[in-house]
Amino acid sequence: MATVRFTRNIQRHVTCPTLEVPGATLREVFDAYFAGNERARGYVLDDGGRLRHHMAAFIDGRQIDDRERLSDPVAPGAVVDIVQALSGG
Amino acid sequence: MTVPRCHVSTRKGLFTIERGAGAWSITRTRFLGDNVTLALHDARSGHLFAALNHGHFGVKLHRSEDGGAMWKEIAAPKYPPKPEGYVPKAPAEGVPADWSLKLIWALAAGGPGEPGVLWCGTLPGGLFRSEDNGDSWTLNRPLWDDPRREEWFGGGADHPGIHSVLVDPRDARHVTIGVSCGGVWTTRDGGANWEPTATGMRAEFMPPERQFEPNVQDPHMLAHCRANPDVMWAQHHNGIFKSADGARSWTEITGVQPSTFGFAVAAHPRDEGTAWFVPAVKDETRYPAEGRVVVTRTRDGGRTFETLSQGLPQHHAYDLVYRHALDVDETGDWLACGSTTGSLWVSEDGGDSWETISSNLPPIYAVCFERP
Repeated sequence: MATVRFTRNIQRHVTCPTLEVPGATLREVFDAYFAGNERARGYVLDDGGRLRHHMAAFIDGRQIDDRERLSDPVAPGAVVDIVQALSGG
Repeated sequence: MTVPRCHVSTRKGLFTIERGAGAWSITRTRFLGDNVTLALHDARSGHLFAALNHGHFGVKLHRSEDGGAMWKEIAAPKYPPKPEGYVPKAPAEGVPADWSLKLIWALAAGGPGEPGVLWCGTLPGGLFRSEDNGDSWTLNRPLWDDPRREEWFGGGADHPGIHSVLVDPRDARHVTIGVSCGGVWTTRDGGANWEPTATGMRAEFMPPERQFEPNVQDPHMLAHCRANPDVMWAQHHNGIFKSADGARSWTEITGVQPSTFGFAVAAHPRDEGTAWFVPAVKDETRYPAEGRVVVTRTRDGGRTFETLSQGLPQHHAYDLVYRHALDVDETGDWLACGSTTGSLWVSEDGGDSWETISSNLPPIYAVCFERP
């Protein structure tokens, strides 16, 4: 299981509580999280399923490499942080 | 009679203005702090729609079924996956269109016999249709898959976009769209077949031998007369153009002072000879000539124009009016006009005089009267 935490700025639009979800890659973790919160998917991922342009994701504090396919591995017990990139203003 | 009402989309929220007993005032704010890029009032259902661009969190659509008090997020148009192995053609500026929603740039209700039908124009150039009041959207594939669509290029943006959707009130299968930059396209069978219909338009920004090609034109905004929809007006990057034959051909109108450059156009709903424009110095600088905000109006089909300034700022005013920020109500008497510097003006006499509603709103993207 991985712990998924979201920027508080997203909470104004869609509630995204911190949750523990299963998954061996970031894609699997996202799919597990958004299965119970489908509306949040569109706030984090674009219509092509990629991490939105001005969003950033970290796994145990390390910025992910694969924004397109979200294939970065997620170890059991990892913490995934979803934050806004400052490039987005 | 219902209270006259207009919805103002701004960089920091949606503002509703109403005319009470003798005065206009802001009566409601929604989405305060959020970037509201466009609003639509669907006269058939009474629904309101608001397009938001959250930047980080993407482009969203909301609907209100009670006149704007309560809003619910609904589906946003979604581009389909790019086919495996597909290599998009690079347009003039070298950036192929991404198959991903960048901006909602046009919202239009379908015909009177099509309850629930909506059209949505977007960046990077996809036209979407909903048949359920925006609960779901489908990309119009005949237009998107037309190889000529890949020749479109951005005008003032990284991607091309559809900013105008005109649905013929006589026949809802007849739809005309404006594309920056891709000219004017028309379907007469509800979207199964599309053809470029920008013959007569001129693109000074292209090499001389390509300036009259329909698919390179940059109409900034299209408007038609609802009583005679074959009469269309275009505020184009290169000036003002008019069609009297449903976009089959266009004629350039020159010599309008202080400028034929601008973004917005509004057409009188009943009088086919009357249209309004908001000029600016062309085209790199884009501010009102001599720092004076004026509206130009023709009432004789474009033969002559009046310059209207009563009630508009005439000293050191640098308000620019974007393409969706001029609207006329169903009577043709009331106009609303909003600017990039947060000024909002209303006229109740067809533009002869204007009243300032606010000079302190956030940058205004669009104004939209409710229609009965």
